[in-house]
Amino acid sequence: MKKLTSLLLTFVLVLACVGCGAANESAGGDDTADVKSEGVMTYDEYIAADLESEVVVETYVQATQSWWDNTITVYSQDKDGAYFLYNMACSEEDSKKLTPGTKIKVTGYKSEWAGEVEIIDATFEFEEGSYIAEARDVTPLLGTDELISHQNEFVSFKGLTVEAAGQDADGNDVAFLYAWDGSGQKGDDLYFNVSLNGETYTFTVESYLCGEDTDVYKAVEALNIGDVIDLEGFLYWYEGVNPHITSVTVK
Amino acid sequence: MKRSRLPKSRIMVLLSALFIAGCMLMLSGCHGSKGLNAFEIPEEFDESAEYEITFWAKNDTNKTQTAIYEKAIADFEKIYPNITVNLRLYTDYSKIYNDVITNIATNTTPNVCITYPDHIATYLTGVNQVVPLEDLFADEKYGLGGSKVRFDSPAADEIIPQFLEECSFGGHYYAIPYMRSTEACYINKTYVEALGYALPDALTWDFVWEVSEAAMAKDADGNYLVNGQKVLIPFIYKSTDNMMIQMLAQKGAGYSTDSGELLLFNDTTEELLYTIAEHAESEAFSTFKISSYPANFLNAGQCIFAIDSTAGATWMGTNAPLLDISADKVVEFETAVMPIPQFDPENPKMISQGPSVCIFNKSDSQEVLASWLFAQYLLTNDVQIAYSETEGYVPVTKKAQESAEYQDYLARSGEDNSAHYEVKIQAARLLLDNISNTFVTPVFNGSASLRDAAGQLIENTVKSVRRGQVIDGAYMEKLYSDITSLYRLDQPGSQGGAAVSGKADLGPLPETAVILLSALVGAWALILLYAAVQMRRKKK
Repeated sequence: MKKLTSLLLTFVLVLACVGCGAANESAGGDDTADVKSEGVMTYDEYIAADLESEVVVETYVQATQSWWDNTITVYSQDKDGAYFLYNMACSEEDSKKLTPGTKIKVTGYKSEWAGEVEIIDATFEFEEGSYIAEARDVTPLLGTDELISHQNEFVSFKGLTVEAAGQDADGNDVAFLYAWDGSGQKGDDLYFNVSLNGETYTFTVESYLCGEDTDVYKAVEALNIGDVIDLEGFLYWYEGVNPHITSVTVK
Repeated sequence: MKRSRLPKSRIMVLLSALFIAGCMLMLSGCHGSKGLNAFEIPEEFDESAEYEITFWAKNDTNKTQTAIYEKAIADFEKIYPNITVNLRLYTDYSKIYNDVITNIATNTTPNVCITYPDHIATYLTGVNQVVPLEDLFADEKYGLGGSKVRFDSPAADEIIPQFLEECSFGGHYYAIPYMRSTEACYINKTYVEALGYALPDALTWDFVWEVSEAAMAKDADGNYLVNGQKVLIPFIYKSTDNMMIQMLAQKGAGYSTDSGELLLFNDTTEELLYTIAEHAESEAFSTFKISSYPANFLNAGQCIFAIDSTAGATWMGTNAPLLDISADKVVEFETAVMPIPQFDPENPKMISQGPSVCIFNKSDSQEVLASWLFAQYLLTNDVQIAYSETEGYVPVTKKAQESAEYQDYLARSGEDNSAHYEVKIQAARLLLDNISNTFVTPVFNGSASLRDAAGQLIENTVKSVRRGQVIDGAYMEKLYSDITSLYRLDQPGSQGGAAVSGKADLGPLPETAVILLSALVGAWALILLYAAVQMRRKKK
């Protein structure tokens, strides 16, 4: 019996270990907490760290903006929260390896710019592991103080209504603008307004994240005022919530 | 949620541009290799042929400015139906710079381009790429106020001479001024007075630092006494390159010589950085790159002295027509608009800045002439007055400045919070009253890098202080070394600055090249000698 119990326990332990390993390789939905390497902060420790202090985190690439002269801006997330890596030092060769899910160890300084908490002046190294976050539905949190606790995470919004973003040259309401006030051209960031429960929010398609040839860029260009839409994107902040949208579905 | 962060780090754009410029220099300018032929003014403009030109323009993420460009193009195309102007908009000078450099290498430059003289100096590393304009200015038919120009073009002497001179370097005029601005200090006068101070007639650095430090007092709950908020950065500077350049100019200290000798890394610079570090330490001072737009903090009652361009005036103040923060965050205060702080108020010095327009050369001289006609159109009163009124810019022609329309605009300051927004018109007046006190820095190949290096000295110092690093002599030594290296200021092309003429005088060949060429000559001589000896042997 003892042998049988030992065998069962061993079997369970092996299963648990395999399960953990598999979770690290799988996409989304895993509740297992990240185990951080020595000298690496947990997400809670990162949040508690002072601004301008040096931080070391292990995180997983979710998306990147376009690489530019040995820097890259990365939307990253672990299982506990998200980290926005602004202009992180990166060779062009390495930038191609920063695909969604890639695990990296990042050393930089925690900083805040216009309300966006981020890691700047950062360097990184690749690590083994993979994780892609599922979009967290934050629709009920829109307009609440709780929303900021999910800053930079991959999130979704359901059932928002497209409002007028501004007027065209003839004074007609339009559903989106090139640049914040319509002063831009195709290829620039897109700005559009959505509402929920009487409150209006400005969302953005960041052109360095999703350029003019992407589905989301085209989808926003095709929006009509009054459309009800579901969206996904990263919960960026600029003087308030200003998500960088990566997908739009018209209902 | 309106304006966003600069699209790309200006430093990195610049480094890329420098690299490409280096390649371009090797490909097209290497010791006399041929580029485009120099432009010659055609006898007549061919109005029977169709010309399509591109205009790369910069706006301040301002819809009205875009509309003015579009209207100017439409009006111009009505006057010259055989010329089509394609507009490409930018919101960042350095992005234009980078794109131009890239396109010089592929011969796909725009025809007309808004730019800075510093940037033109780099464009000139390509042979005959930028058209010298002095002959066009003076051309009887198509020059400024020329007999065959079909619109009311200003005469050469109607352009403000100082602004025109800013476009002259390397013995040529390579641009025409389009708009001019300077920097202003936008002040929360209400808070200054609440702190027990009165604004002096002329702002000094000592006054700004003193009031900023006084504002740092907090109550027991950690709220700043002056605004009752948890957040306050009393003094924020938008463009730290301008900050350093103007401080040095006011001190009479070195920055660079006209010939491109770099003088930035001097003792006065170090002294200034120590002072800045002191106020970064107390958190009384920060910068745009580190904290965000000064206007956002000013309007939220979280800043007292916000220094930004006069061309940013429409964002400043309780009643600012352009706003980046939610309306409920804006606080009521009285805004004062003053020239930037001075070390010697009796001899004020402030930067002159703003867009200029250059014309790129093409193989078809008629196309270049079409470009010139359009560039000249940008100097007409219609364009000058309309564009200047979008921000705290001033027109660059006397003709526009003295016009009844523009004078009426100035006189109606404060009549409303849109077209006649008081802060904006005060900012424009600030420059109009101080044109003789403005200066520009020398233009040479590498001057754009030096400018960015000047700002980066401040940015790095402030960042280092905030990260608890010790700012001392050793720090400064390393900082100077790092910045020199980052901006490649120790490499040819960034220093010495001789290459401001259309054909760069690259000087004598480097010693290594001389040795290599000598070796090649020697090898050929030996080969020929060997061949001759062999032939002689065969004959025998």
